[in-house]
Amino acid sequence: MIFKGKAWTFKDNIDTDVIIPARYLNTTDPKELAAHCMEDVEPEFSKKVAEGDIIVAGKNFGCGSSREHAPLAIKSSGVSCVVAKSFARIFYRNSINIGLPILECEECVDEVSAGDELEIDTDKGVISNLTTGKTYKAKAFPEFISEIINAGGLLGYAKKVGK
Amino acid sequence: MGMTITQKILAKHTGRSFVEPGELIMVDVDLALANDITGPVSIEEFKKAGADKVFDRSKIALIPDHFAPNKDIKSAELCKNLREFAKEQQIEHYYEVGRMGIEHALLPEQGIVLPGDVVIGADSHTCTYGALGAFSTGVGSTDLAFAMMTGKCWFKVPESMKFIFHGKLNPWVTGKDLILHTIGDIGVDGALYKAMEFTGEALSQLTMDERLTMTNMAIEAGGKNGIMEPDEVTLEYVKNRAKRPYEVFKSDEDASYSEIIDYDATKIGPKIALPHLPENVVDVKEAQGIAIDQVVIGSCTNGRLEDMRMAAKVIKGHKVHPYMRLIVIPATQQVYRDMIKEGITEIFIEAGAVVSTPTCGPCLGGYMGILAKGERALSTTNRNFVGRMGHPESEIYLSNPAVAAASAVTGKITHPEEVARDDI
Repeated sequence: MIFKGKAWTFKDNIDTDVIIPARYLNTTDPKELAAHCMEDVEPEFSKKVAEGDIIVAGKNFGCGSSREHAPLAIKSSGVSCVVAKSFARIFYRNSINIGLPILECEECVDEVSAGDELEIDTDKGVISNLTTGKTYKAKAFPEFISEIINAGGLLGYAKKVGK
Repeated sequence: MGMTITQKILAKHTGRSFVEPGELIMVDVDLALANDITGPVSIEEFKKAGADKVFDRSKIALIPDHFAPNKDIKSAELCKNLREFAKEQQIEHYYEVGRMGIEHALLPEQGIVLPGDVVIGADSHTCTYGALGAFSTGVGSTDLAFAMMTGKCWFKVPESMKFIFHGKLNPWVTGKDLILHTIGDIGVDGALYKAMEFTGEALSQLTMDERLTMTNMAIEAGGKNGIMEPDEVTLEYVKNRAKRPYEVFKSDEDASYSEIIDYDATKIGPKIALPHLPENVVDVKEAQGIAIDQVVIGSCTNGRLEDMRMAAKVIKGHKVHPYMRLIVIPATQQVYRDMIKEGITEIFIEAGAVVSTPTCGPCLGGYMGILAKGERALSTTNRNFVGRMGHPESEIYLSNPAVAAASAVTGKITHPEEVARDDI
Protein backbone atom coordinates (compact mmCIF):
# COMPACT_ATOMS: atom_id res chain seq x y z
CA MET A 1 0.00 0.00 0.00
CA ILE A 2 1.09 3.56 -0.66
CA PHE A 3 0.07 6.32 1.73
CA LYS A 4 0.56 10.04 1.35
CA GLY A 5 0.02 12.70 3.97
CA LYS A 6 1.28 15.44 6.20
CA ALA A 7 3.61 14.63 9.11
CA TRP A 8 2.47 15.20 12.71
CA THR A 9 5.56 15.08 14.89
CA PHE A 10 5.73 13.89 18.49
CA LYS A 11 8.52 13.40 21.01
CA ASP A 12 9.87 10.24 22.71
CA ASN A 13 7.75 8.05 25.03
CA ILE A 14 4.31 9.07 23.81
CA ASP A 15 2.20 6.90 26.11
CA THR A 16 -1.22 5.34 25.64
CA ASP A 17 -2.76 7.67 28.23
CA VAL A 18 -1.85 10.54 25.93
CA ILE A 19 -2.93 8.74 22.75
CA ILE A 20 -6.34 8.07 24.29
CA PRO A 21 -6.91 9.13 27.92
CA ALA A 22 -8.60 6.49 30.09
CA ARG A 23 -11.42 8.90 30.89
CA TYR A 24 -12.72 8.11 27.39
CA LEU A 25 -12.35 4.35 27.65
CA ASN A 26 -15.94 3.86 28.69
CA THR A 27 -16.71 3.34 25.02
CA THR A 28 -15.38 1.02 22.32
CA ASP A 29 -16.69 3.17 19.45
CA PRO A 30 -13.67 4.03 17.23
CA LYS A 31 -15.21 7.35 16.10
CA GLU A 32 -15.71 8.52 19.69
CA LEU A 33 -12.19 7.44 20.59
CA ALA A 34 -10.78 9.28 17.56
CA ALA A 35 -12.43 12.51 18.72
CA HIS A 36 -10.10 12.53 21.76
CA CYS A 37 -6.96 11.13 20.16
CA MET A 38 -3.78 12.93 21.37
CA GLU A 39 -5.83 15.70 22.99
CA ASP A 40 -3.67 16.02 26.11
CA VAL A 41 -0.55 16.88 24.08
CA GLU A 42 -2.08 18.29 20.88
CA PRO A 43 -5.57 19.56 21.75
CA GLU A 44 -6.47 20.39 18.14
CA PHE A 45 -5.24 17.08 16.72
CA SER A 46 -8.59 15.41 16.08
CA LYS A 47 -10.00 18.54 14.43
CA LYS A 48 -7.03 19.27 12.21
CA VAL A 49 -5.79 15.81 11.23
CA ALA A 50 -6.60 14.98 7.59
CA GLU A 51 -7.29 11.59 6.05
CA GLY A 52 -3.95 9.97 5.20
CA ASP A 53 -1.80 12.05 7.58
CA ILE A 54 1.15 10.36 9.20
CA ILE A 55 2.30 10.37 12.82
CA VAL A 56 6.08 10.60 13.20
CA ALA A 57 7.40 10.09 16.72
CA GLY A 58 10.50 9.36 18.78
CA LYS A 59 11.35 6.21 20.66
CA ASN A 60 9.03 3.94 22.68
CA PHE A 61 5.83 5.16 21.00
CA GLY A 62 2.71 3.71 22.65
CA CYS A 63 4.27 2.83 25.99
CA GLY A 64 2.03 2.12 28.96
CA SER A 65 -1.32 0.43 28.82
CA SER A 66 -2.37 -2.50 26.62
CA ARG A 67 -5.47 -0.67 25.45
CA GLU A 68 -6.15 -1.53 21.82
CA HIS A 69 -8.24 1.64 21.89
CA ALA A 70 -4.95 3.51 21.28
CA PRO A 71 -4.15 2.22 17.75
CA LEU A 72 -7.92 2.14 17.08
CA ALA A 73 -8.22 5.83 17.95
CA ILE A 74 -5.26 6.67 15.72
CA LYS A 75 -6.57 4.60 12.81
CA SER A 76 -10.06 5.96 13.13
CA SER A 77 -8.80 9.56 13.23
CA GLY A 78 -7.73 9.12 9.61
CA VAL A 79 -4.00 8.62 10.25
CA SER A 80 -2.67 6.21 7.64
CA CYS A 81 0.65 5.20 9.20
CA VAL A 82 2.84 5.70 12.25
CA VAL A 83 6.61 6.05 11.87
CA ALA A 84 8.68 5.99 15.07
CA LYS A 85 12.21 5.32 16.27
CA SER A 86 10.81 2.40 18.25
CA PHE A 87 7.46 1.11 19.51
CA ALA A 88 6.44 -0.25 22.91
CA ARG A 89 5.76 -3.93 22.43
CA ILE A 90 2.05 -4.18 23.20
CA PHE A 91 1.30 -1.18 20.98
CA TYR A 92 3.37 -2.83 18.24
CA ARG A 93 1.37 -6.08 18.50
CA ASN A 94 -1.94 -4.24 18.66
CA SER A 95 -1.20 -2.16 15.57
CA ILE A 96 -0.23 -5.23 13.55
CA ASN A 97 -3.27 -7.10 14.85
CA ILE A 98 -5.77 -4.40 13.89
CA GLY A 99 -4.07 -3.46 10.62
CA LEU A 100 -2.60 -0.05 11.45
CA PRO A 101 0.64 0.20 9.43
CA ILE A 102 3.65 1.07 11.58
CA LEU A 103 7.27 1.51 10.59
CA GLU A 104 10.53 1.95 12.49
CA CYS A 105 13.04 4.39 11.04
CA GLU A 106 15.34 6.51 13.22
CA GLU A 107 16.81 8.62 10.45
CA CYS A 108 13.47 9.66 8.99
CA VAL A 109 12.27 10.72 12.45
CA ASP A 110 15.43 12.75 13.10
CA GLU A 111 15.13 14.64 9.84
CA VAL A 112 11.40 15.27 9.55
CA SER A 113 9.64 18.54 10.39
CA ALA A 114 6.01 18.95 11.36
CA GLY A 115 3.91 19.45 8.24
CA ASP A 116 6.35 17.78 5.81
CA GLU A 117 4.63 15.88 3.02
CA LEU A 118 5.48 12.17 3.27
CA GLU A 119 4.85 9.23 0.98
CA ILE A 120 5.15 5.73 2.37
CA ASP A 121 5.25 2.44 0.51
CA THR A 122 4.51 -0.07 3.27
CA ASP A 123 5.22 -3.12 1.08
CA LYS A 124 8.72 -1.94 0.28
CA GLY A 125 9.20 -0.16 3.60
CA VAL A 126 10.25 3.01 1.80
CA ILE A 127 9.52 6.44 3.28
CA SER A 128 9.91 9.49 1.03
CA ASN A 129 9.92 12.97 2.48
CA LEU A 130 8.52 14.88 -0.51
CA THR A 131 9.23 18.23 1.18
CA THR A 132 12.96 17.60 1.65
CA GLY A 133 13.37 15.15 -1.23
CA LYS A 134 14.99 12.53 1.01
CA THR A 135 14.20 8.82 0.97
CA TYR A 136 14.54 6.35 3.84
CA LYS A 137 14.33 2.61 4.30
CA ALA A 138 12.35 1.38 7.29
CA LYS A 139 13.25 -1.75 9.26
CA ALA A 140 11.75 -4.83 7.55
CA PHE A 141 9.07 -6.91 9.30
CA PRO A 142 9.80 -10.56 10.13
CA GLU A 143 8.03 -12.86 7.64
CA PHE A 144 5.47 -14.08 10.18
CA ILE A 145 4.42 -10.50 10.97
CA SER A 146 4.11 -9.76 7.24
CA GLU A 147 1.78 -12.74 6.94
CA ILE A 148 -0.47 -11.31 9.67
CA ILE A 149 -0.44 -7.91 7.99
CA ASN A 150 -1.24 -9.42 4.59
CA ALA A 151 -4.13 -11.38 6.10
CA GLY A 152 -5.59 -8.06 7.31
CA GLY A 153 -4.74 -8.63 10.98
CA LEU A 154 -4.49 -11.48 13.46
CA LEU A 155 -8.03 -12.81 13.15
CA GLY A 156 -7.82 -12.77 9.36
CA TYR A 157 -4.61 -14.76 9.77
CA ALA A 158 -6.37 -17.16 12.16
CA LYS A 159 -9.01 -17.85 9.52
CA LYS A 160 -6.39 -18.31 6.83
CA VAL A 161 -4.41 -20.91 8.76
CA GLY A 162 -7.63 -22.57 9.89
CA LYS A 163 -7.14 -22.06 13.58
CA MET B 1 23.60 -23.86 25.83
CA GLY B 2 21.38 -23.42 28.88
CA MET B 3 18.05 -21.64 29.02
CA THR B 4 16.64 -18.92 31.24
CA ILE B 5 13.47 -19.56 33.23
CA THR B 6 11.56 -17.56 30.58
CA GLN B 7 12.90 -19.72 27.74
CA LYS B 8 12.12 -22.91 29.66
CA ILE B 9 8.50 -22.00 30.31
CA LEU B 10 7.99 -20.93 26.69
CA ALA B 11 9.68 -24.10 25.38
CA LYS B 12 7.48 -26.29 27.57
CA HIS B 13 4.33 -24.55 26.32
CA THR B 14 5.42 -24.97 22.71
CA GLY B 15 6.01 -28.68 23.17
CA ARG B 16 9.73 -28.34 22.55
CA SER B 17 12.87 -28.92 24.55
CA PHE B 18 14.62 -25.72 23.47
CA VAL B 19 13.69 -22.27 22.19
CA GLU B 20 16.09 -19.45 21.53
CA PRO B 21 15.74 -15.68 21.81
CA GLY B 22 14.47 -14.09 18.61
CA GLU B 23 12.47 -17.14 17.52
CA LEU B 24 8.77 -16.63 16.73
CA ILE B 25 6.67 -19.32 18.38
CA MET B 26 3.02 -20.22 18.93
CA VAL B 27 2.48 -20.89 22.63
CA ASP B 28 -0.28 -22.67 24.59
CA VAL B 29 -1.66 -20.42 27.30
CA ASP B 30 -2.79 -21.57 30.74
CA LEU B 31 -4.89 -18.50 31.34
CA ALA B 32 -6.21 -15.64 29.21
CA LEU B 33 -7.44 -12.60 31.09
CA ALA B 34 -9.48 -9.50 30.26
CA ASN B 35 -11.25 -6.73 32.17
CA ASP B 36 -14.21 -4.43 31.68
CA ILE B 37 -12.27 -2.10 29.36
CA THR B 38 -10.39 -4.57 27.18
CA GLY B 39 -12.84 -7.49 27.43
CA PRO B 40 -15.67 -5.93 25.42
CA VAL B 41 -13.27 -5.19 22.52
CA SER B 42 -12.08 -8.83 22.64
CA ILE B 43 -15.63 -10.13 22.73
CA GLU B 44 -16.51 -8.00 19.70
CA GLU B 45 -13.49 -9.37 17.79
CA PHE B 46 -14.29 -12.93 18.94
CA LYS B 47 -17.81 -12.64 17.54
CA LYS B 48 -16.69 -10.84 14.36
CA ALA B 49 -14.35 -13.73 13.65
CA GLY B 50 -17.35 -16.06 13.72
CA ALA B 51 -16.32 -17.90 16.88
CA ASP B 52 -19.09 -19.22 19.09
CA LYS B 53 -17.31 -21.07 21.87
CA VAL B 54 -14.20 -20.33 23.89
CA PHE B 55 -11.43 -22.93 23.72
CA ASP B 56 -11.66 -23.81 27.43
CA ARG B 57 -13.98 -22.10 29.89
CA SER B 58 -11.67 -22.93 32.81
CA LYS B 59 -8.71 -21.11 31.26
CA ILE B 60 -10.28 -17.69 30.86
CA ALA B 61 -10.66 -14.99 33.51
CA LEU B 62 -12.97 -12.01 33.04
CA ILE B 63 -12.80 -9.42 35.78
CA PRO B 64 -14.72 -6.15 35.92
CA ASP B 65 -12.31 -4.04 37.98
CA HIS B 66 -11.33 -0.86 36.11
CA PHE B 67 -14.56 1.14 36.08
CA ALA B 68 -16.45 -1.22 38.43
CA PRO B 69 -18.55 -0.78 40.51
CA ASN B 70 -19.92 0.96 37.42
CA LYS B 71 -18.85 4.58 37.33
CA ASP B 72 -21.33 5.75 34.70
CA ILE B 73 -23.86 4.44 32.19
CA LYS B 74 -21.30 3.68 29.51
CA SER B 75 -19.14 1.71 31.97
CA ALA B 76 -22.25 -0.12 33.12
CA GLU B 77 -22.78 -1.20 29.50
CA LEU B 78 -19.19 -2.48 29.27
CA CYS B 79 -19.55 -4.45 32.50
CA LYS B 80 -22.89 -5.82 31.32
CA ASN B 81 -21.30 -6.92 28.07
CA LEU B 82 -18.55 -8.74 29.99
CA ARG B 83 -21.06 -10.34 32.38
CA GLU B 84 -23.33 -11.56 29.58
CA PHE B 85 -20.43 -13.13 27.71
CA ALA B 86 -19.20 -14.78 30.92
CA LYS B 87 -22.69 -16.20 31.49
CA GLU B 88 -23.15 -17.32 27.90
CA GLN B 89 -19.74 -19.04 27.79
CA GLN B 90 -19.94 -20.31 31.39
CA ILE B 91 -16.55 -18.72 32.11
CA GLU B 92 -15.22 -20.28 35.31
CA HIS B 93 -13.19 -17.32 36.54
CA TYR B 94 -15.66 -14.48 36.38
CA TYR B 95 -15.78 -12.35 39.52
CA GLU B 96 -18.76 -10.10 40.19
CA VAL B 97 -18.57 -6.87 42.18
CA GLY B 98 -18.55 -7.88 45.84
CA ARG B 99 -16.33 -10.86 45.10
CA MET B 100 -13.95 -9.30 42.63
CA GLY B 101 -10.65 -7.63 43.21
CA ILE B 102 -8.11 -5.88 41.03
CA GLU B 103 -7.22 -8.63 38.57
CA HIS B 104 -3.48 -8.81 39.25
CA ALA B 105 -3.98 -9.01 42.99
CA LEU B 106 -6.94 -11.37 42.78
CA LEU B 107 -5.54 -14.09 40.50
CA PRO B 108 -2.39 -14.89 42.54
CA GLU B 109 -4.35 -14.61 45.80
CA GLN B 110 -6.92 -17.12 44.60
CA GLY B 111 -4.33 -19.52 43.21
CA ILE B 112 -5.63 -19.11 39.64
CA VAL B 113 -2.12 -18.35 38.33
CA LEU B 114 0.74 -20.61 39.38
CA PRO B 115 4.47 -21.17 38.91
CA GLY B 116 5.41 -22.34 35.42
CA ASP B 117 2.22 -21.00 33.79
CA VAL B 118 1.96 -18.99 30.59
CA VAL B 119 -0.54 -16.23 31.26
CA ILE B 120 -1.64 -13.53 28.85
CA GLY B 121 -3.94 -10.69 29.71
CA ALA B 122 -5.44 -7.76 27.88
CA ASP B 123 -3.94 -5.49 30.50
CA SER B 124 -0.36 -4.31 30.51
CA HIS B 125 0.23 -5.20 34.17
CA THR B 126 -0.36 -8.88 33.47
CA CYS B 127 3.43 -9.12 33.88
CA THR B 128 2.73 -9.19 37.65
CA TYR B 129 2.52 -13.01 37.89
CA GLY B 130 6.18 -13.39 37.04
CA ALA B 131 6.85 -13.11 40.78
CA LEU B 132 5.39 -16.61 41.06
CA GLY B 133 7.82 -17.97 38.47
CA ALA B 134 5.29 -17.80 35.64
CA PHE B 135 5.70 -16.27 32.18
CA SER B 136 3.02 -13.61 32.01
CA THR B 137 2.61 -10.63 29.78
CA GLY B 138 0.15 -8.05 28.54
CA VAL B 139 -1.39 -8.22 25.09
CA GLY B 140 -4.16 -6.39 23.26
CA SER B 141 -7.80 -7.27 22.84
CA THR B 142 -7.36 -8.92 19.43
CA ASP B 143 -4.58 -11.16 20.79
CA LEU B 144 -6.91 -12.05 23.61
CA ALA B 145 -9.78 -12.83 21.21
CA PHE B 146 -7.41 -15.12 19.30
CA ALA B 147 -6.43 -16.84 22.56
CA MET B 148 -10.07 -17.25 23.63
CA MET B 149 -10.69 -18.99 20.28
CA THR B 150 -7.54 -21.09 20.00
CA GLY B 151 -5.86 -21.23 23.42
CA LYS B 152 -2.73 -19.87 21.78
CA CYS B 153 -0.70 -16.70 21.44
CA TRP B 154 2.32 -15.88 19.27
CA PHE B 155 5.51 -14.59 20.82
CA LYS B 156 9.02 -13.68 19.90
CA VAL B 157 11.16 -15.45 22.51
CA PRO B 158 12.68 -12.55 24.43
CA GLU B 159 16.28 -12.05 25.38
CA SER B 160 16.66 -11.84 29.14
CA MET B 161 18.22 -9.16 31.30
CA LYS B 162 19.28 -10.21 34.79
CA PHE B 163 19.02 -7.83 37.74
CA ILE B 164 20.84 -8.94 40.89
CA PHE B 165 20.06 -7.17 44.16
CA HIS B 166 22.89 -7.73 46.64
CA GLY B 167 22.86 -7.13 50.36
CA LYS B 168 20.12 -6.35 52.83
CA LEU B 169 17.36 -3.79 52.52
CA ASN B 170 17.42 -0.51 54.41
CA PRO B 171 14.51 0.42 56.70
CA TRP B 172 11.42 1.63 54.81
CA VAL B 173 12.73 0.19 51.55
CA THR B 174 10.32 -2.15 49.76
CA GLY B 175 9.98 -4.01 46.49
CA LYS B 176 8.47 -0.80 45.09
CA ASP B 177 11.70 1.07 45.76
CA LEU B 178 13.81 -1.64 44.14
CA ILE B 179 11.74 -1.58 40.97
CA LEU B 180 11.59 2.24 40.87
CA HIS B 181 15.38 2.26 41.29
CA THR B 182 15.69 -0.17 38.38
CA ILE B 183 13.38 1.84 36.09
CA GLY B 184 15.21 5.02 37.09
CA ASP B 185 18.46 3.37 36.11
CA ILE B 186 17.55 1.76 32.77
CA GLY B 187 14.71 4.09 31.66
CA VAL B 188 11.16 3.49 30.48
CA ASP B 189 12.37 1.58 27.43
CA GLY B 190 15.47 0.10 29.04
CA ALA B 191 14.09 -3.43 28.83
CA LEU B 192 12.05 -3.02 25.65
CA TYR B 193 10.91 -6.43 24.31
CA LYS B 194 13.03 -8.21 26.94
CA ALA B 195 12.47 -10.48 29.92
CA MET B 196 13.53 -8.90 33.22
CA GLU B 197 14.76 -11.59 35.57
CA PHE B 198 15.15 -10.45 39.18
CA THR B 199 17.31 -12.26 41.68
CA GLY B 200 19.71 -11.78 44.60
CA GLU B 201 19.94 -11.85 48.37
CA ALA B 202 17.80 -8.74 48.87
CA LEU B 203 14.97 -10.33 46.93
CA SER B 204 14.80 -13.40 49.11
CA GLN B 205 13.96 -11.09 52.03
CA LEU B 206 10.87 -9.81 50.26
CA THR B 207 7.35 -11.09 50.94
CA MET B 208 5.29 -12.35 48.02
CA ASP B 209 3.29 -9.11 48.06
CA GLU B 210 6.44 -7.04 47.55
CA ARG B 211 7.73 -9.35 44.85
CA LEU B 212 4.44 -8.99 42.96
CA THR B 213 4.92 -5.20 43.15
CA MET B 214 8.29 -5.55 41.42
CA THR B 215 7.24 -7.75 38.51
CA ASN B 216 4.06 -5.65 38.19
CA MET B 217 6.17 -2.70 37.05
CA ALA B 218 8.39 -4.54 34.55
CA ILE B 219 6.19 -3.02 31.83
CA GLU B 220 7.21 0.43 33.08
CA ALA B 221 10.71 -0.32 31.78
CA GLY B 222 9.23 -1.64 28.52
CA GLY B 223 9.81 -5.26 29.57
CA LYS B 224 7.90 -8.13 28.01
CA ASN B 225 7.79 -9.93 31.34
CA GLY B 226 9.29 -9.70 34.80
CA ILE B 227 10.19 -12.98 36.40
CA MET B 228 11.67 -14.51 39.55
CA GLU B 229 12.64 -18.09 40.30
CA PRO B 230 10.34 -19.64 42.88
CA ASP B 231 11.89 -20.16 46.34
CA GLU B 232 10.50 -21.25 49.75
CA VAL B 233 8.54 -18.00 50.08
CA THR B 234 6.87 -18.63 46.71
CA LEU B 235 6.07 -22.25 47.45
CA GLU B 236 4.68 -21.40 50.87
CA TYR B 237 2.43 -18.79 49.23
CA VAL B 238 1.23 -21.19 46.57
CA LYS B 239 0.84 -24.26 48.80
CA ASN B 240 -2.67 -23.71 50.08
CA ARG B 241 -3.92 -21.79 47.07
CA ALA B 242 -3.15 -24.08 44.14
CA LYS B 243 -6.00 -26.27 43.00
CA ARG B 244 -4.09 -27.87 40.13
CA PRO B 245 -0.52 -29.11 39.57
CA TYR B 246 2.21 -26.65 38.71
CA GLU B 247 5.86 -26.78 37.74
CA VAL B 248 8.84 -24.92 39.13
CA PHE B 249 11.38 -23.74 36.55
CA LYS B 250 14.80 -22.25 37.23
CA SER B 251 17.37 -20.68 34.94
CA ASP B 252 20.38 -22.81 33.98
CA GLU B 253 23.80 -21.80 35.23
CA ASP B 254 24.97 -21.31 31.65
CA ALA B 255 21.85 -19.48 30.44
CA SER B 256 22.68 -16.43 28.40
CA TYR B 257 21.66 -12.85 29.22
CA SER B 258 21.83 -9.75 27.04
CA GLU B 259 22.90 -7.86 30.15
CA ILE B 260 23.54 -8.54 33.84
CA ILE B 261 23.08 -5.58 36.16
CA ASP B 262 24.17 -5.64 39.81
CA TYR B 263 22.59 -3.39 42.43
CA ASP B 264 23.75 -2.89 45.99
CA ALA B 265 20.51 -2.88 47.99
CA THR B 266 22.29 -1.36 51.00
CA LYS B 267 22.68 1.83 48.96
CA ILE B 268 19.02 2.07 47.95
CA GLY B 269 16.63 4.24 50.00
CA PRO B 270 12.91 4.93 49.59
CA LYS B 271 12.26 6.41 46.15
CA ILE B 272 9.92 8.81 44.40
CA ALA B 273 9.15 8.94 40.68
CA LEU B 274 8.56 12.55 39.68
CA PRO B 275 6.12 13.54 36.93
CA HIS B 276 5.63 12.57 34.12
CA LEU B 277 7.52 9.30 33.63
CA PRO B 278 8.23 6.42 36.00
CA GLU B 279 11.92 6.76 35.12
CA ASN B 280 12.21 10.17 36.82
CA VAL B 281 13.30 8.53 40.04
CA VAL B 282 14.95 10.33 42.96
CA ASP B 283 15.48 9.57 46.65
CA VAL B 284 12.58 10.65 48.87
CA LYS B 285 14.95 13.10 50.53
CA GLU B 286 15.43 14.95 47.25
CA ALA B 287 11.68 15.39 46.80
CA GLN B 288 11.00 16.12 50.45
CA GLY B 289 8.67 19.06 51.04
CA ILE B 290 6.79 19.03 47.74
CA ALA B 291 3.17 19.89 48.65
CA ILE B 292 0.58 17.23 47.84
CA ASP B 293 -3.23 17.44 47.56
CA GLN B 294 -4.14 13.76 47.46
CA VAL B 295 -2.61 10.43 48.42
CA VAL B 296 -3.78 7.14 46.95
CA ILE B 297 -2.79 3.83 48.54
CA GLY B 298 -3.91 0.89 46.44
CA SER B 299 -3.84 -0.56 42.88
CA CYS B 300 -2.46 -3.75 41.35
CA THR B 301 0.96 -2.43 42.32
CA ASN B 302 0.50 -1.72 46.04
CA GLY B 303 -2.99 -2.67 47.18
CA ARG B 304 -2.13 -5.93 48.95
CA LEU B 305 -2.23 -6.72 52.65
CA GLU B 306 1.48 -6.08 53.31
CA ASP B 307 1.09 -2.66 51.68
CA MET B 308 -1.86 -1.83 53.91
CA ARG B 309 -0.06 -3.05 57.02
CA MET B 310 2.93 -0.88 56.24
CA ALA B 311 0.86 2.24 55.55
CA ALA B 312 -1.22 1.66 58.70
CA LYS B 313 1.91 1.30 60.78
CA VAL B 314 3.06 4.74 59.67
CA ILE B 315 -0.27 6.50 60.03
CA LYS B 316 -1.36 4.93 63.32
CA GLY B 317 -2.08 7.61 65.89
CA HIS B 318 -1.82 10.44 63.35
CA LYS B 319 -4.40 12.47 61.49
CA VAL B 320 -4.47 13.08 57.76
CA HIS B 321 -3.44 16.67 56.98
CA PRO B 322 -6.53 18.96 57.04
CA TYR B 323 -6.61 19.72 53.29
CA MET B 324 -5.39 16.32 52.16
CA ARG B 325 -7.53 13.50 50.76
CA LEU B 326 -6.17 10.08 51.65
CA ILE B 327 -7.86 7.40 49.55
CA VAL B 328 -7.17 3.80 50.53
CA ILE B 329 -8.25 1.06 48.15
CA PRO B 330 -7.70 -2.57 49.16
CA ALA B 331 -7.03 -4.55 45.98
CA THR B 332 -9.31 -7.49 46.77
CA GLN B 333 -12.22 -8.45 49.01
CA GLN B 334 -9.85 -10.72 50.93
CA VAL B 335 -7.48 -7.80 51.60
CA TYR B 336 -10.51 -5.73 52.64
CA ARG B 337 -11.64 -8.37 55.13
CA ASP B 338 -8.15 -8.95 56.50
CA MET B 339 -7.77 -5.20 57.01
CA ILE B 340 -10.93 -5.16 59.07
CA LYS B 341 -9.84 -8.21 61.08
CA GLU B 342 -6.42 -6.74 61.81
CA GLY B 343 -7.81 -3.35 62.79
CA ILE B 344 -6.13 -1.64 59.82
CA THR B 345 -9.35 -0.20 58.45
CA GLU B 346 -10.05 1.36 61.84
CA ILE B 347 -6.60 2.99 61.85
CA PHE B 348 -7.20 4.56 58.44
CA ILE B 349 -10.70 5.77 59.24
CA GLU B 350 -9.59 7.11 62.60
CA ALA B 351 -6.87 9.05 60.78
CA GLY B 352 -9.42 10.60 58.42
CA ALA B 353 -8.93 8.49 55.30
CA VAL B 354 -11.57 7.10 52.98
CA VAL B 355 -11.47 3.32 52.51
CA SER B 356 -13.04 2.13 49.26
CA THR B 357 -14.19 -1.17 47.82
CA PRO B 358 -11.65 -2.74 45.40
CA THR B 359 -11.36 -0.95 42.04
CA CYS B 360 -8.63 0.32 39.71
CA GLY B 361 -10.56 3.62 39.87
CA PRO B 362 -8.22 6.59 40.28
CA CYS B 363 -5.01 4.88 39.08
CA LEU B 364 -6.02 5.42 35.47
CA GLY B 365 -8.18 8.48 36.06
CA GLY B 366 -11.41 6.50 36.05
CA TYR B 367 -13.09 7.75 39.22
CA MET B 368 -12.75 7.74 43.03
CA GLY B 369 -10.17 10.48 43.16
CA ILE B 370 -9.76 12.47 39.94
CA LEU B 371 -7.34 15.40 40.07
CA ALA B 372 -8.25 19.01 39.25
CA LYS B 373 -6.04 21.32 37.21
CA GLY B 374 -2.79 22.01 39.02
CA GLU B 375 -3.33 19.40 41.74
CA ARG B 376 -0.66 16.96 42.85
CA ALA B 377 -1.09 13.37 43.96
CA LEU B 378 1.34 11.02 45.61
CA SER B 379 0.27 7.54 44.68
CA THR B 380 1.39 3.97 45.23
CA THR B 381 0.28 3.17 41.68
CA ASN B 382 2.50 2.50 38.67
CA ARG B 383 2.27 5.35 36.16
CA ASN B 384 2.61 9.10 36.39
CA PHE B 385 1.96 9.99 32.76
CA VAL B 386 0.43 13.34 31.77
CA GLY B 387 -3.28 13.34 32.63
CA ARG B 388 -3.23 9.78 33.97
CA MET B 389 -5.24 10.62 37.11
CA GLY B 390 -7.24 13.53 35.83
CA HIS B 391 -6.59 16.99 34.42
CA PRO B 392 -3.72 17.12 31.90
CA GLU B 393 -2.15 19.82 34.07
CA SER B 394 -2.22 17.75 37.25
CA GLU B 395 0.84 15.90 38.53
CA ILE B 396 1.48 12.41 39.89
CA TYR B 397 4.35 11.28 42.10
CA LEU B 398 4.87 7.56 42.73
CA SER B 399 6.12 5.96 45.94
CA ASN B 400 5.85 3.01 48.29
CA PRO B 401 2.93 2.82 50.79
CA ALA B 402 4.99 4.01 53.80
CA VAL B 403 6.10 7.18 52.05
CA ALA B 404 2.54 7.74 50.84
CA ALA B 405 1.12 7.37 54.35
CA ALA B 406 3.73 9.68 55.90
CA SER B 407 3.04 12.30 53.23
CA ALA B 408 -0.71 12.09 53.86
CA VAL B 409 -0.04 13.16 57.45
CA THR B 410 2.21 16.11 56.65
CA GLY B 411 0.63 17.24 53.38
CA LYS B 412 3.99 17.12 51.63
CA ILE B 413 6.40 14.45 50.45
CA THR B 414 7.87 13.02 53.63
CA HIS B 415 10.22 10.22 54.62
CA PRO B 416 8.33 7.71 56.82
CA GLU B 417 10.98 7.85 59.55
CA GLU B 418 9.80 11.38 60.32
CA VAL B 419 6.25 10.29 61.03
CA ALA B 420 6.23 6.67 62.16
CA ARG B 421 6.41 6.03 65.86
CA ASP B 422 8.03 2.59 65.44
CA ASP B 423 10.65 1.49 62.99
CA ILE B 424 9.87 -1.44 60.70
